[in-house]
Amino acid sequence: MFSAWKTPRWPALFIAISLAMFGVACNSGGTPSGTAPTESAVIKVDGSSTVFPVTEAVAEEFQKEKLGKVNVTVGISGTGGGFKKFVRGEIDVADASRPILTDEMAQAKANGIEFLELPVAFDALTVVVNPQNNWVTSITVSELKKIWEPEAQGKITHWNQVRPEWPNEKIALFGAGADSGTFDYFTEAIVGKAKASRGDYTASEDDNVLVQGIEGNKYALGYIPYAYFAPHSNRMKAVGIEWEKNKVKEPVLPSPENVLAGNYNPLSRPLFIYVSRKSLDKPAVKEFVEFYLKNVKTLATEVKYMPLPDTAYQMAMERVRTLQTGTGFGGVPEVGLPVEEILKRPPKS
Amino acid sequence: MSDFKRIIAKRKRQDFIFNIVGIMCTLVGIVTLGALLTDLLMDGLTRLNWTFLTSFPSRFAARAGILSSWVGTLLIMLVTALTAVPLGVSAGIYLEEYARKNWVTNLIEINIANLAGVPSIIYGLMALGLLVYQFKLGQSVLTGGLTLAFLILPIVIVATREALRTIPQGIREAAYALGSSKWQVVRHHLLPYSLGGTMTGIIIALSRAIGETAPLITIGALTFIAFLPPLPVTTQPPFLSIEWLWSPFSVLPIQMFNWVSRPDQDFVVNAAGAGLVLIVVTLLLNAIAILIRYRVRKRIKW
Repeated sequence: MFSAWKTPRWPALFIAISLAMFGVACNSGGTPSGTAPTESAVIKVDGSSTVFPVTEAVAEEFQKEKLGKVNVTVGISGTGGGFKKFVRGEIDVADASRPILTDEMAQAKANGIEFLELPVAFDALTVVVNPQNNWVTSITVSELKKIWEPEAQGKITHWNQVRPEWPNEKIALFGAGADSGTFDYFTEAIVGKAKASRGDYTASEDDNVLVQGIEGNKYALGYIPYAYFAPHSNRMKAVGIEWEKNKVKEPVLPSPENVLAGNYNPLSRPLFIYVSRKSLDKPAVKEFVEFYLKNVKTLATEVKYMPLPDTAYQMAMERVRTLQTGTGFGGVPEVGLPVEEILKRPPKS
Repeated sequence: MSDFKRIIAKRKRQDFIFNIVGIMCTLVGIVTLGALLTDLLMDGLTRLNWTFLTSFPSRFAARAGILSSWVGTLLIMLVTALTAVPLGVSAGIYLEEYARKNWVTNLIEINIANLAGVPSIIYGLMALGLLVYQFKLGQSVLTGGLTLAFLILPIVIVATREALRTIPQGIREAAYALGSSKWQVVRHHLLPYSLGGTMTGIIIALSRAIGETAPLITIGALTFIAFLPPLPVTTQPPFLSIEWLWSPFSVLPIQMFNWVSRPDQDFVVNAAGAGLVLIVVTLLLNAIAILIRYRVRKRIKW
């Protein structure tokens, strides 16, 4: 009764279908980059999610221009994760939303990796409140510190504890999750120590979650990257930042003009790409980096990031030409540096 | 007599209450699924077209497509299926038919059951240490496929064993009585009869694997990749190439995750579109499972 019964050749069928579908995909993928010829060069980029949209835009245009002869991959491992791969020599370019740190430099040195530090764009951390909030138009850095420092946990819970004339209502706090470069930078700039923050707030790595939370609560206060604020400026209200060490004495609102003029301190931060010196010997990587610096100004604006002044890109190009390795920051996090200052600093390895 | 009526009425009331509770419970699942699908359809349907399926990711939401991610998903699933199915089914058959029932087997069984409950990110971490760094397979299609294969292996083993257990002992005894060897019993009887259950288990396991994101992010799957792996067929002999196994990749869930977390809200529509594709593929897989089960059951007449 079962003699005629054979196990159907499912695995074979499965492979056949898959290969057929794959063939279709390759034929129909008639976009400029097309399929990868086996010998084509692959440039590997990984790192910060904040820098990702900029690098993605550059990679897209670059592949289009090279007509598929060079392929670029971009991953999101976070700034720290990207540097981990970078110092092991696994990737050619690292996206970074903060300068390289001392221990990362030590690892790079141990593995014989030299690098070029190239600033590519600016981000402004934006302190935002609900649009119905009519009492806050500006806030000082020390008031922000009072709200966000670890000692505030469970103690600073109401608006009027920060400034007596503000309402006696609970503050709903929203901020970046502990794994993001945004969190590192904000705590460094406001509290004075990276990663020192109160823990009793709504934390998310996904900034859209924060946007929704702030939009839905009249008594909310939070911080997000400017790229997330700009497209939602009707759903949230940006707060001006007042800092006694700033050259501008009145509160400054985040805007491309203020950031470029070096007025929005201490919450504007440079974004970088780090290029491995060894990878630059490959003509494809060199071309990619040059293409990056030439086009990032327009492309960054397209993805709602703030470009650097032209002199910055000329300087970065010069660094690539003369192969100046090292960082201008010495491996220590610093905040509130004006643009000119960042650009003037000679890189040291 | 009135006591009797009262008890009957009480039991009927209990019946009625449970009926209502049961309907409510079922509705929670169905309504959730319905709402999810409607929401996805409303958001994503406008984006679903041929260009969306055949374009690479882009910084412009309207130009961005899912070509590299669905090809990635397909290749990953291929590697996963080709590894997990032979390994899992063989292990299941061994444990059920060959292994002596002693404490070692018991220990193995308990551990396999436990493995099925290990969070997927743990498999990702293991794959990162073992496959990526120890065996130097890199962040490739091969690594991704093997990682998901590890993840679903326990499910395949358990499904195979359950399917084998549903075959009446009499079938085995009859075959042995006719002089079959153990392998002949397995090959000619147990495998075909358990095919329905096994395939269902395999496909359910694959539908789980297709939506996995965490382990693939852990091993370093990429987010932006605008080229396809090399073709498996070449123009020069031997005409077949396994180069694609070493290619970098992205998958649909990662592409979706990236799109929803972008500042530009237009990308949410793309994410919904990609979600629809993923759901359709999962539903198709489930439909295949049901079809196979139906056909196999129809053929078996005990």
